[in-house]
Amino acid sequence: MDLNLSDEQRLLRESAERFVAESYDADHRRKMANDPLGFSPDVWKQFAELGWLALPLPEEFGGLGGGAVDVGILMEAFGRGLVSEPYVATVVLGAALIDRCGTTEQKQASLPKVADGSLKLAFAHSERAARFDLAKVATSANKTAQGWRLAGSKIAVLDGHAADEIIVSALMHDHHGPSGRIGLFVVPATAPGLAISDYARLGGGRACNIELSDVHLPEDALLGDGDDALPAIEWAVDRAMAALGAEAVGIMQTLLDTTLEYTKIRKQFGRPLSANQVIRHRLADMAMQVDESRSMALHAALKADGRPIERARAASGAKAKIGKCARFVGEQAIQLHGGMGVTEELEVGAYFKGLVAFDTLFGGSAHHYGRHAELGRVAMTT
Amino acid sequence: MDLSFNAEERAFQDEVRGFIAKNLTEEMKRATALTPSVFSDPEIGMAWQRALHKQGWGAPGWPVEYGGPDWTPAQRWIFETESARAGVPNVNVMGVKMVGPVIIGFGSPEQKNFYLPRILSGEDYWCQGYSEPGSGSDLSSLKTRAVRDGDDYIINGTKIWTTHAHHANRMFALVRTSDGPRQQDGISFILIDMKTPGITTRPILTIGGDHEVNQVFFDDVRVPVANRVGDEGKGWTYGKYLLEFERGSGIASAKLREGLKAIAELAESDLTGRAIDSPDIATRISEVEVDIDALEMTELRVLSALQTGQNPGAVSSILKLRNSEIRQEVTRLGADVIGHDALAVEPMRPLYKLNHEPAIPEEMLTVMPEYLNGRAYTIFGGTSEIQRDIIAKMMLGI
Repeated sequence: MDLNLSDEQRLLRESAERFVAESYDADHRRKMANDPLGFSPDVWKQFAELGWLALPLPEEFGGLGGGAVDVGILMEAFGRGLVSEPYVATVVLGAALIDRCGTTEQKQASLPKVADGSLKLAFAHSERAARFDLAKVATSANKTAQGWRLAGSKIAVLDGHAADEIIVSALMHDHHGPSGRIGLFVVPATAPGLAISDYARLGGGRACNIELSDVHLPEDALLGDGDDALPAIEWAVDRAMAALGAEAVGIMQTLLDTTLEYTKIRKQFGRPLSANQVIRHRLADMAMQVDESRSMALHAALKADGRPIERARAASGAKAKIGKCARFVGEQAIQLHGGMGVTEELEVGAYFKGLVAFDTLFGGSAHHYGRHAELGRVAMTT
Repeated sequence: MDLSFNAEERAFQDEVRGFIAKNLTEEMKRATALTPSVFSDPEIGMAWQRALHKQGWGAPGWPVEYGGPDWTPAQRWIFETESARAGVPNVNVMGVKMVGPVIIGFGSPEQKNFYLPRILSGEDYWCQGYSEPGSGSDLSSLKTRAVRDGDDYIINGTKIWTTHAHHANRMFALVRTSDGPRQQDGISFILIDMKTPGITTRPILTIGGDHEVNQVFFDDVRVPVANRVGDEGKGWTYGKYLLEFERGSGIASAKLREGLKAIAELAESDLTGRAIDSPDIATRISEVEVDIDALEMTELRVLSALQTGQNPGAVSSILKLRNSEIRQEVTRLGADVIGHDALAVEPMRPLYKLNHEPAIPEEMLTVMPEYLNGRAYTIFGGTSEIQRDIIAKMMLGI
C-alpha cells in the first residue's frame, strides 16, 4: 500500500505544471476560444515531443505503457490552465478503444501515429434519445457486399472537427435485422456522407454533432472481430471519467487559489474579505471539497484496471462526487468574487464553465449516484 | 502507486484476523453492536484491552520502549480496519490515545513507570478534564484553579462533558495555576486520583438516552505537585499536543463503512419493508458510500505521507470534520430507513442486557439513539466551526 508518487510521476507532474504555467495564460485562452480549431497545432506537436500522447499507449505500439494514475497527473495539470487540446478525445477515448478492440493490424496502423502526433481521433457515441445510457445506440451499421453502411446521428462528440478519424458506435445489422451487438467503426473525416457541425464547447475546446448518411466503409473499418463493444465502451468511458475528474480537480484548485488571493486583496468595510469568518469558512469548505475530489479522482484511477463492477462504481462515484464538489467550488468562487465574478473580464467564469462542462459530460451527479446504487445492488446479488 | 498490500502486510492482516477470531467473544461483539454511545462500557472495553495487552498490542501508537508494538502506519491501518470490520469494543482511548502520549512525551520517569503499565494492562481507567461550563470551544478560558500549598495543589472548580467520569479512577485535567498575560499561559496539566476527597460527579443524560458524560466538581481537592506533567504553566502546549491525537487518529473510514453496512442491511431487510426499494434511499446510501471512499482515500494519502516521514499538516482537521459529518449522515440515513420504528426509543441501558422484550427488533435498537447522540460528533473534540477556522488558518493562511 503506497499512494506516494514515484520519481517518474513527480517529474511528470512538475514538467506538466511548468508547461501549462508557461504556455497558457488568459490571452492564449481567449484566442483559442475564438479559434476555429480551438487549440494550437504547435502545442499538440510539443505534447508529442514530451511523450504525453504516448503516455498510456502500449510499448509495442510506440507508447510508454503508463496507467490511469499517470494520465490523471497530466490531466490535473491540464485543468490548472484550461488546456483545450483534444487529449481526451484522441488519447484517452480514441486510442484506448483501438488498443482494446482493434486487431494487431489496426493497432499498428493507428497507435504509433497517435503517439507521434500525426493522427487525431474522436469518439462519436452519444445520441440524443439515449441521454446518458451507454447501451442505447440507434445508429445502424448494415453489412454490405464491400463492407459496411452506417446511418444515424451523434451528438456532443468531443473534438470531432479536428479528428482525422472518428470512431463511431453503431448497432450492427445482418440480413436478419439488428444483431443486438454494438460495433465500433473507424470513419475517416473525409468519408462521403459524413457531415460534421461543430461548435465552441462550454468551458473551452470544441465539440460537434455528426450526421452519417449512408457512409460506406470497407470491411476492416470495424474494430476487432465484431464482438459486442459495449463492455469496451463502458471501460473507456469509465477511464475517461477518471481522467476528466482529475482535470476538474486542477480547475477547482486554480479557482480556489484565485478566489483565496482575491479575498485577501479585496477590501470592504475597511478590511479584507478574508477577515470575515463567514468567508474563511466558505474557503475552508472549498479547500476541503477540492481535497475530497482529489481523493476521488485518484480512487477512480487506481480502480481503472480492476474488476469491471469495481471500476464502474469507482468511476461513477468519482464522477458524481467530483461533479457535486465542482459545482460548489465553482459557484462559490463566483460568489466570493462578487459582481466581477459574473463578468467575462475575469477568468473565473471560464474556469467555472469548465467545471459545469465536466459535470455534464457523460451524465451529471444524479445520474452517476443512481448508476453507483444500481451497480451496488448488482454487486450484492452476484 | 498501489492500493494493495504487500506479502508482509497481508501476513500481518492474517495475524490480526486470527487474533480477533480467537479473542472476540460473541458476547463482546453483541454488546458492541448494541452500544449506541461512542464508548463501550468498561466491562466490555477493558476485557478487550486485556486481550490486546496480552498480545503486546495494548497501545498501537506508543514507542516500543514503553510497550508499543512498533507498527508501521500501514500496520496500524490494517489493525484499525480489521478491528472495525469485526466489531471489536472500544478501549479506554482517554488512557491509550490521549494521556498516554502526553506522559510519554512530557512526563517524569516516575510518572512513566507508574502510569504507563497501568494503562496498558487496563488497571487504570482514565477520563479527560478539559471543558468547563464556561469554556467550550474557547477552552483556554478555563477557570478551574490549582493553588500551591506545600507539596500539594488545592483544586477548586468544575469540569463538564467528562466521558465515563463515573467509571474512571483517574482524570487528566487542565487547571489554572497562575494568570498570565495570555489566557493560554498559566495552565497546567495534572493527573488526579478520582477517589481523592472533595470530588463529586453528577451524571448528564444525553438526548439518545445514554449516561456517558458527567459534570465533575472539585471542592478543595488536594493533589500532589508530583502529579503535574511537565512544567507549571505549560499545560496548554501539552493539551494541544493531545488534541491533535484526538482529532488526527486518522483511521475512521473503516468504522463508518461498517456503520453504513448495518444500515444498508436493514434497508434490504423485510424489517424495514425493504426501504432500499425506494430510489431515494438507494441513492443516499450511494452518496454516503462515496463520501466514505473519499475519506478513506484521504486517510490512505496521509498514511502514505507518514510512511515516508512527511508531515501531513492541517489535514487532521479535514479528517475530523469529514468523519463527524459523514457519521451524522449515516445515522440520519439510519433513522430514515427504520421508518415508523424511529418512534420507539428504548430507554433502558445497557441495550445488550434488557430484561424485557423491546418494542422494535434488536437490529434497530441503536439506530435512533445513535442518531440523537450523534449530533455531538460535530461538537466534541473541537466543533466543526473550530475545525474550519483551523483549516482556513493552517491550510489557506487566512
